[in-house]
Amino acid sequence: MTHKTIAVIDYGMGNLHSVAKALQHVAPKDRIIISSDRQQIEAADSVVLPGVGAIRDCMAGLHDTGLADVVKTVSANKPFLGICIGMQTLMNRSEENGGVPCLGIIDGDVQGFGFVTDDNGLRLKVPHMGWNNVYQREDHPIWHRIADGSRFYFVHSYFVKAQYEASVIGSADYGFPFDAVIQQDNIVATQFHPEKSAASGLQLLQNFVAWDGNQ
Amino acid sequence: MALANRIIPCLDVDNGRVVKGVNFVDIKDAGDPVEIARRYNIEGADELCMLDITATHEDRNTMVQTVQAIASEVFIPLTVGGGIRTLDNIKTMLHAGADKVAINSAAVSNPEFVQQAAERFGSQCIVVAIDAKQVADNHWEIFTHGGRKETGIDAIEWAQEMERLGAGELLVTSMDRDGTKNGFDLPLMQRLSETVQIPIIASGGVGNLQHLVDGVLEGKADAVLAASIFHFGTYTIGEAKAFMADAGIEMRIE
Repeated sequence: MTHKTIAVIDYGMGNLHSVAKALQHVAPKDRIIISSDRQQIEAADSVVLPGVGAIRDCMAGLHDTGLADVVKTVSANKPFLGICIGMQTLMNRSEENGGVPCLGIIDGDVQGFGFVTDDNGLRLKVPHMGWNNVYQREDHPIWHRIADGSRFYFVHSYFVKAQYEASVIGSADYGFPFDAVIQQDNIVATQFHPEKSAASGLQLLQNFVAWDGNQ
Repeated sequence: MALANRIIPCLDVDNGRVVKGVNFVDIKDAGDPVEIARRYNIEGADELCMLDITATHEDRNTMVQTVQAIASEVFIPLTVGGGIRTLDNIKTMLHAGADKVAINSAAVSNPEFVQQAAERFGSQCIVVAIDAKQVADNHWEIFTHGGRKETGIDAIEWAQEMERLGAGELLVTSMDRDGTKNGFDLPLMQRLSETVQIPIIASGGVGNLQHLVDGVLEGKADAVLAASIFHFGTYTIGEAKAFMADAGIEMRIE
């Protein structure tokens, strides 16, 4: 098999290096590029949209660089992985920063945890930060060799609420169940950070690299 | 099942070497931070923390190389602290592969720096390190320079201010307990954890595994940081996690 090129989209937001290092670790023979160049990204075999920070800045970064259109193009036809806020940008709208329109690639919106409590009525900390169990709701190539309920590393104050149940392939609980992994055709997106989730996260990235975009 | 509490081993690094000796039976070079990080990762550490205690500015590049080396093979969150004073310092560490930076004295001398850092890089990567000392009943103040310099700042008010300015987490070290092996300052941790909405990492004073449990159940900490009990092989991280899980604390056990 020929070597793949995997592009990590650089739209000026936060730390892309962790993602690139983890991809290089699971795919030592493939070419991992961090890029903001339309042609390079469109020529890649698979594309990763990472991101940290607040949604307004992320959306501004995508629009200012012209990469919003590139994301729409590549997410329509090649294996595409959104991570954390990169997942949230795919939705219709986020209520963060007073309400921000997102890319509208997957139907649903992004809501804040606000005031959440545990089973004993104690207030939970926000952001939801740390290792939580992710339950596999549907079969998907991304779950290959990952045990149901494995823990992944999360850092976020807002979560995705997909409009259609069929989009949700993984969920986690923080006061209530929320969408941790969603999919649509050749797109998969995780609220947690696989690049920081030790063996389970690396397995997920390896599954993504191996994925041809078919279910 | 729910969000797990976290165990964070901490390494003090001086010019690329771990100080406060590390004593594992089966590693070749006890001073190599990369080898120790690898070991902690295998044992199940939930995050890693490295504090750069290098005295001179010139040697700080060594820390960048160390962070790069660790980040290339250890895929859990990595926090780097010590000498983080400018936005450029933060950028350098994030590019090297750190996920978070811990800001300590620079936050005291210029609180706006915390806000600038959070706005630029996101709150999720800004940890504010608070060194507190008890000065009266139920009253703690902030100290800098390893606990030698008093600032007169109330620790509880300071924590609230740091949260307001955008800190994503607070790493709280009791200067009274640090190095004593007598356990965390539980009233301090509890007061802080109940005051702010962001996670609290308890630090300073761990001498046995019950101390870790107390830090979570009584101190209400979201994560516990320890150095010497792990460095000297007194306990493995796996043993600590099993002990905490037996006490009813949610832990990540693979």
